[in-house]
Amino acid sequence: MAQHLSTGYLTRQGKLQRFKSRLVTDMKHNYTLYLLVLPVIAYYIVFRYFPIGGIQIAFKDYKPALGIFGSPWTIHYGFGHFIDFVTNPYFERLLRNTVLISFYSLLFGFPAPIVLAIMLSELRGRKYKKVVQTLTYFPHFISTVVVCGIITQFALSDGLFNQIGQLFGAQPVSFLQKPEYFRTIYVGSGIWQGVGWSSIIYLAAIASVNSEVYEAAALDGAGRMRRIIHVTLPHIEPTIVLMLIMSVGNIMNVGSEKVLLLYNPSIYETADVISTYVYRRGLLEFNFSFSTAVNLMNSVINFLMVLGANAISRKVSETSLF
Amino acid sequence: MLNKRSKAEWFGDSINVMILGFLSLIMLYPMLYELFMSFSVASQVAKHRGVLLWPLGFTLTPYRLVFAEKTIISGYRNTFFVLSIGLVFNITFTSLGAYFLSRKNVMLFKPVMIMILITMYFSGGLVPTWLNVNNLGLYNTLWALIIPGAINTFNLILLRSYFLSIPDSLLESVFIDGGGHFTALFKVVIPVSLPAMMVMILYYGVGHWNSWFDALIYLRTRDLWPLQMVLRDILIQGTDLDIRGEELINYEQLQETTKAAIVIITTVPILMIYPFLQKYFIAGLMVGSLKG
Repeated sequence: MAQHLSTGYLTRQGKLQRFKSRLVTDMKHNYTLYLLVLPVIAYYIVFRYFPIGGIQIAFKDYKPALGIFGSPWTIHYGFGHFIDFVTNPYFERLLRNTVLISFYSLLFGFPAPIVLAIMLSELRGRKYKKVVQTLTYFPHFISTVVVCGIITQFALSDGLFNQIGQLFGAQPVSFLQKPEYFRTIYVGSGIWQGVGWSSIIYLAAIASVNSEVYEAAALDGAGRMRRIIHVTLPHIEPTIVLMLIMSVGNIMNVGSEKVLLLYNPSIYETADVISTYVYRRGLLEFNFSFSTAVNLMNSVINFLMVLGANAISRKVSETSLF
Repeated sequence: MLNKRSKAEWFGDSINVMILGFLSLIMLYPMLYELFMSFSVASQVAKHRGVLLWPLGFTLTPYRLVFAEKTIISGYRNTFFVLSIGLVFNITFTSLGAYFLSRKNVMLFKPVMIMILITMYFSGGLVPTWLNVNNLGLYNTLWALIIPGAINTFNLILLRSYFLSIPDSLLESVFIDGGGHFTALFKVVIPVSLPAMMVMILYYGVGHWNSWFDALIYLRTRDLWPLQMVLRDILIQGTDLDIRGEELINYEQLQETTKAAIVIITTVPILMIYPFLQKYFIAGLMVGSLKG
């Protein structure tokens, strides 16, 4: 027994020794390779891992003069800022706006490129198909700032939207000053920007369907709709599921850029989301610790949603991210 | 293929063609509107109601005003600086990382890979990242728009998968001739990966061109603002353009046509070159989706 233990110990010791000597040999043999990757590792440590270490200020009362490590822990065992946020009067509004904007984007924005891809694949004229495709990619190449600039211009009370509305007898409205229009504008412009580009991946999946399958279906007397439902859709299902998992996982993750460009205090009621709140509280009002806590909480929930969506899809279908 | 289309098929096809035609129009019209507006005469814009189907009159005044606007010029200058220097950093760092990760038989492959992959799921978030960049002394310099974004991990993984597809025999010939890894990377791997390099340049390039948020949080001085930040100021914040000395009766309309000219000048060059680059974008998208 005693001998057993000691040999075990010795082997472990020996393994460590062998690992060390192997590593030294490896380092000597591949030193140019390690030299080459050194800047990359340094980059990841300085620009990615330093900020990850900086997350600890979410549990502290960060004072720039004291530094990240020197600042004292905050009340409630470090969870003071989290409790502040959850009991904050804006908490519910932020949560609602974030989830609703994501939900509507998903509800209308997710099926749109699939429908477009199917419609495009049903076109007979090759030239026409090419032209339509190129035009639908168009908005993808316009920068977010310019897209939002155009929206801002069109939404004015004498802008294009109202000029068109007046043709139908509608009263002029300043769309970006009214909370009830924000989600429609956000989701609608999102589809305008992305529908063509997102359809590429589905078009590629449809293109891989063997044309003999279509011909067989047609011979069996299947009409267009039945062909789409029984041949095309089942064929692109794995692609759809994969894209859906990625989108559902991101439901708590409304990017701040487009909202920051489009919103203003008069429509915070529907437009203010967690990421814009993090920006305002953190970098405009310098509540560093509080803002970091809000962001961290959002990221954790978001990560759990990705895991959840992945687990569900693994159960329901065979497709999963990891 | 079937030769005859049934009546129902024909009807369905026509509807499909019409809907897609209408959709294409919606995709195109906002840009056409800006184009028409940019050539329109301000006094006629003031009187006009309804949709624009052609320019109202014809003038180049808005374009003259744009080129006289100092912030637009400095915006272009700063964007080109960030774009060119940024791409050098992007391509160098991403290639180095991708090359290392494409080598088998290196003991520390796994730890490095894990360390890099973790950052795809976890990041410091807005404030810690901002504090870090400030602590490094990059605040209010253009380097803040270049160095922190030197590597996009997704692009790194994309390039790595391309490097992995290069046959080993090509590299072995370098090592047999006494060359090291640097020679292998710069003399063989990068030259045979030109299509993938093109995808990298496009992805990073478009990123730099479109980026404005980093400028918002890191740059205090207006003279340093890249183009998109200047555009935000003019098109969205509604900062008026300097058009003194012009006909001031239609001041508002002139502001509007000049803004349209700004949209055209900053967007059309990109839209002109993109059909030629489309295949590279799509190539990258496809590799990405297979890996994802």
